Amino acid sequence: MASFKSASQESAAKRIGSFLAKLVKHQIFIPIAALLILVIFNLIADPSFFAISLDQNSLGNPVFSGYLITILDNASELVILAIGMTLVTAASGGQDISVGSAIAISGSVMLRVLCGTNSRPEVLQAPIIVAFLVCCVVAMLFGAFNGTLVAIFKIQPMVATLILFTAGRSVAAWINKNELPIISDASFGYYGNFIPGIPIPTPIFIAVACMILIALVLKFTNLGLYTQSVGINANSSRLNGIDPALIKFITFVILGLCVAVAGFIKVSRFSTINYSVIAKDIEMDAILAVALGGNALNGGKFNMGASILGAYVIQFLTTTLYKFNVVSSALPAYKAVVVIILVVLSAPIVRDKITETWKKLAPVKIAKEAS
Amino acid sequence: MQDGAILEMRGISKYFPGVRALHDVDFTLHEGEIHALMGENGAGKSTLIKVLTGVYSKDAGQICIKGSSGSVSIRSPEDAQKIGISTVYQEITLCPNLTVAENMYIGRTKGSLTHWKKINTEAGKLLDSLGIPASPTMQLSSCSIAVQQMVAIARAVDMECKVLILDEPTSSLDDQEVSKLFRLMLDLKAKGVGIIFVTHFLDQVYEVCDRITVLRDGKLVGEYVIGDLPKVQLVSKMLGKELDDLSGIQKNADEIYVGRTEVPVFEAIQLKSSANIKPFDFAIYRGEVNGFTGLLGSGRSECVRAIFGADKTTGGTIRIDGKKARISKPLDAMKHGISYLPEDRKRDGIVGDLSVRENIILALQVMKGFFRPFSRAQAEAFADEYIKLLDIKTASSDTPIKSLSGGNQQKVILARWLLSNPVYLILDEPTRGIDIGTKVEIQKLVLKLAAEGKSITFISSEIDEMYRTCSRLIVMRDRRVVGELRGEDLTQNKIMATIAGGD
Repeated sequence: MASFKSASQESAAKRIGSFLAKLVKHQIFIPIAALLILVIFNLIADPSFFAISLDQNSLGNPVFSGYLITILDNASELVILAIGMTLVTAASGGQDISVGSAIAISGSVMLRVLCGTNSRPEVLQAPIIVAFLVCCVVAMLFGAFNGTLVAIFKIQPMVATLILFTAGRSVAAWINKNELPIISDASFGYYGNFIPGIPIPTPIFIAVACMILIALVLKFTNLGLYTQSVGINANSSRLNGIDPALIKFITFVILGLCVAVAGFIKVSRFSTINYSVIAKDIEMDAILAVALGGNALNGGKFNMGASILGAYVIQFLTTTLYKFNVVSSALPAYKAVVVIILVVLSAPIVRDKITETWKKLAPVKIAKEAS
Repeated sequence: MQDGAILEMRGISKYFPGVRALHDVDFTLHEGEIHALMGENGAGKSTLIKVLTGVYSKDAGQICIKGSSGSVSIRSPEDAQKIGISTVYQEITLCPNLTVAENMYIGRTKGSLTHWKKINTEAGKLLDSLGIPASPTMQLSSCSIAVQQMVAIARAVDMECKVLILDEPTSSLDDQEVSKLFRLMLDLKAKGVGIIFVTHFLDQVYEVCDRITVLRDGKLVGEYVIGDLPKVQLVSKMLGKELDDLSGIQKNADEIYVGRTEVPVFEAIQLKSSANIKPFDFAIYRGEVNGFTGLLGSGRSECVRAIFGADKTTGGTIRIDGKKARISKPLDAMKHGISYLPEDRKRDGIVGDLSVRENIILALQVMKGFFRPFSRAQAEAFADEYIKLLDIKTASSDTPIKSLSGGNQQKVILARWLLSNPVYLILDEPTRGIDIGTKVEIQKLVLKLAAEGKSITFISSEIDEMYRTCSRLIVMRDRRVVGELRGEDLTQNKIMATIAGGD
């Protein structure tokens, strides 16, 4: 009887052990683990980090506030960009480093349409939806420009997008004749802040909508299969009837759309634009989100959920550092340290080692606890 | 050393884990001769060359070279160059963005200062003396491929080489360029250089070479003076079939092609593609198995790639069921019910990181359309059906295809195309690199599909397989169709004679 019991315990322990080993191996483990470490660290350092309260903002509307809300809110642009960046990475095996500059352009276009000829208009010169659609078209055209260079001219993505990276912010300034347009209409600010009466920041809704949209696209089209197939083996894909150039091109256009949405949120937050600062370095964070999600940066298989989670982890980290009064100029250095740790941890060599250790340790530990 | 010999290799052996790449091979090169080194894939040609040039170290045997007493040890390509062995590879290994002269002297100038003017004059003299139409200050990339090849040879010659190895130098040249290259080779020969010429083109061997050494399966078959070895004998030596031994094999009468009057399933007239093949005519009928045969590099794969639209077609007409059709990309062919299993499974066939299931459904999914993905359940049903049907050994349909064995990967690709239910199936080397059991299974499957009314084009390097499965063979040599064999003509002797051509 006793021996039977211990045997079943042992097999249960083994099962849990192998489950844990599998989890460690799974792609989404790294962003989850990183998130858990950040949560635990904050819990120990200052549990009030997780407090959410219902306050009134300057306009007298009830709004939720707290670090968690800040994280979810501020991560929105990054999450949206990470979606497009994941697809570009998967299909082309490279990254688009021009998204920050492209946000400056699309934001500038948006303001230009809303302001018309006057940079400080009393009333909006065009409906917001029209401005947004124009901004989408322009951003997708710039995406198409990058996509053409990569897919047709076969230029390395990072080199191809370097062009827009360099020129983008001056193009943005040129669109508004280097003036600083300011929108005084309060309704424009709804999209980057709060809609009166709704206590949750609007960017969170927009990000969630984008996530739902991409989930539906991946489920109801072959975008996922085609991009991965092209990224893994373009030759085979072509012989199976897929047009690799077209697929790469499309991913860049989709990223362009993501840029337009992110740009809209960005300019709506402040109702104005600073060409040289808006969305600065966001391309690096977007690429990092893809990498943190465990996706190979040289293309091929991807996991969209992991990328999105990666984006939230990055924002969580940034906010945590702000909370501990790290000055903003020192922020990148701190971030770099954390990133090094995460990237090393997610390297296959290290992960295989961790998996091995898990397999050896876990059953022993659990068996001990059980007895 | 023999009289007049410039290089002697004796009893050379080279082993790789599990493979005997070279076993007790002798090779002798005389002063002022062009010596062809022949053999099919895996015969050991490139291993022998790599041993000679110091890329591989030999496991046994010795190498003697004129001018050095006793055997020499060659441990690196630099060693080889020092004792006068130079190599020009198939792909040009020069720097396209440097000038001709810079390419000729790079890495060979002494001291830190380089007198470019002097070097340019010297290079000019050398180019002139070899009759190479290039100026020293031209950028290399602005020269034609043939001239680039010649510059590589000039560089080798200037290093005072006694032995010059030319590894497939003509595969990317056109006829005129080839004759220029041959003139240069003959000049060098007259100057006493020994040239080892590796090529797949039989006609070229008979045009310039003095002697032939044939290797097969890592062993020496023999060394022959060119006049003593008719082409057909050479082919039989390379393929390892004695002409008369095998002529008695019985052929199944049912499979023999008889002149048909019905409309072909697929017909190509003077089809041409970007892959440098001569225009060819081709037709296949319902329920027929035919094949393209020829030595490696004869253009057989290029023909089927043109049919499928894998290479850009540059001319000719295609008729499907008698109706004119346009095939400009693989998807066009797929929509006409044509499937193509490519020769290079790893490069063109599998999508390595995707699962067996995704690999199986890929072609059918693409034909169904971007906006109409199969449900997971449907995809799984398809995958499970074919895993069972073809007995694919895989842990599950979720396993990435790259972790399967070669034979099972091939079956997955086969499953992919069977699932798309083609009218006309092209199989290019479906049996390469897989175990014998699977080979037989695939051949049986081919015959079964044909019996069900499908048309199949089957290509294999192994003549036996072609002979067993095909009722009609299109024979290719040097990138053109040189014959068609069927019925009583379809014998091993006849096949080899046609491959060899001429006599």
